[in-house]
Amino acid sequence: MYVVVAGGGKVGFYLAKTLINEGHEVLVIERDRRKSDSINEELGSVVLRGDACEASILSEAGVNRADVIVAVTGDDEDNLVICQMAKKKFNVPRTIARINNPKNEQIFRLLGIDATVSSTDLIMQQIEQELPAQALIHLRLLRDADLELVEAGVSPRSAVAGQKLQDVQLPADTLILVVIRGGKTSVATSETRLEAGDQLIALTRAQKEGELRSLLLT
Amino acid sequence: MMVLILGCGRVGARLANVLDSEGHDVRVIDGNADSFRRLAQEFKGQTIVGQGIDDDTLRRAGIEKADVFAAVTNDDNTNIMASQMAKVLHNVPKVITRIYDPIREETYQTLGLETVCPTALGAQMIEEMLDGYEGHLPSAEK
Repeated sequence: MYVVVAGGGKVGFYLAKTLINEGHEVLVIERDRRKSDSINEELGSVVLRGDACEASILSEAGVNRADVIVAVTGDDEDNLVICQMAKKKFNVPRTIARINNPKNEQIFRLLGIDATVSSTDLIMQQIEQELPAQALIHLRLLRDADLELVEAGVSPRSAVAGQKLQDVQLPADTLILVVIRGGKTSVATSETRLEAGDQLIALTRAQKEGELRSLLLT
Repeated sequence: MMVLILGCGRVGARLANVLDSEGHDVRVIDGNADSFRRLAQEFKGQTIVGQGIDDDTLRRAGIEKADVFAAVTNDDNTNIMASQMAKVLHNVPKVITRIYDPIREETYQTLGLETVCPTALGAQMIEEMLDGYEGHLPSAEK
């Protein structure tokens, strides 16, 4: 696979290194001379020095035959333009952008970027998993359906503790799927009685997340 | 009409001053509060400090009610991204984007942005001024 990596910072460097080790053809585009030189020194001549937002540099990089372009500079706006130029002008089939502001995920998707990676989001997920049954943990976002899988504990303070699922007033478009109790997992039915300390896996809409959270936690 | 201007440099400030004096509701966003000193003393519009590619900033400035969005920061990519947010996310009816790089301008024009490229315009105007001028260079013989 031919992969073009735009941005030769730490992410770009380790990404290129890993891809090369896996046997892929890799080209890194980096503006800064010192960064370029040090990558070339460590990985062999893999750097094209220049601004990846410019069509002439993308053309020189042979982006038109790239299978993927990955834009990992530190600036969201640059990553967007790099991916859009590669896609619209050079028909690169797959574009991946690093984003810093997690809110840009939706915007990038609307603007045609195939995939985004947000380090802020990844770290948030890790932090959420460390928190003891307090918060809602995001397990997976089902993008196209605008739904998400979340995990949350039932707080002893919650009114739903002790209630049968069929009596619980869930927010709209929300389903409790799985109940984890004492290490045992069972699929929830309308007869399932919720208890304080249960871990639940639920399907909900992003907009309903707040309601679900307050239902289970307070 | 309500006009949102991103970037309070020379162009942004001048545009803001003119539209404000014509009686429009003008709001200017810039990441650096110092830039607002370029606005005229009579300027009656709003100033908002923030990043133009941050949707929170755009909303704070009232983008949902804007009739016009003009992106004139000195960074092409910021202008491009903010303009697409205005157009695609917030359906602003008229979006104008300044892009210095002529090639990038061409690409985004074909993608549907309404663009202004000072580089191409400047070069073209100078060339037109030279049109018909033979000069006094030895090589300019008829």
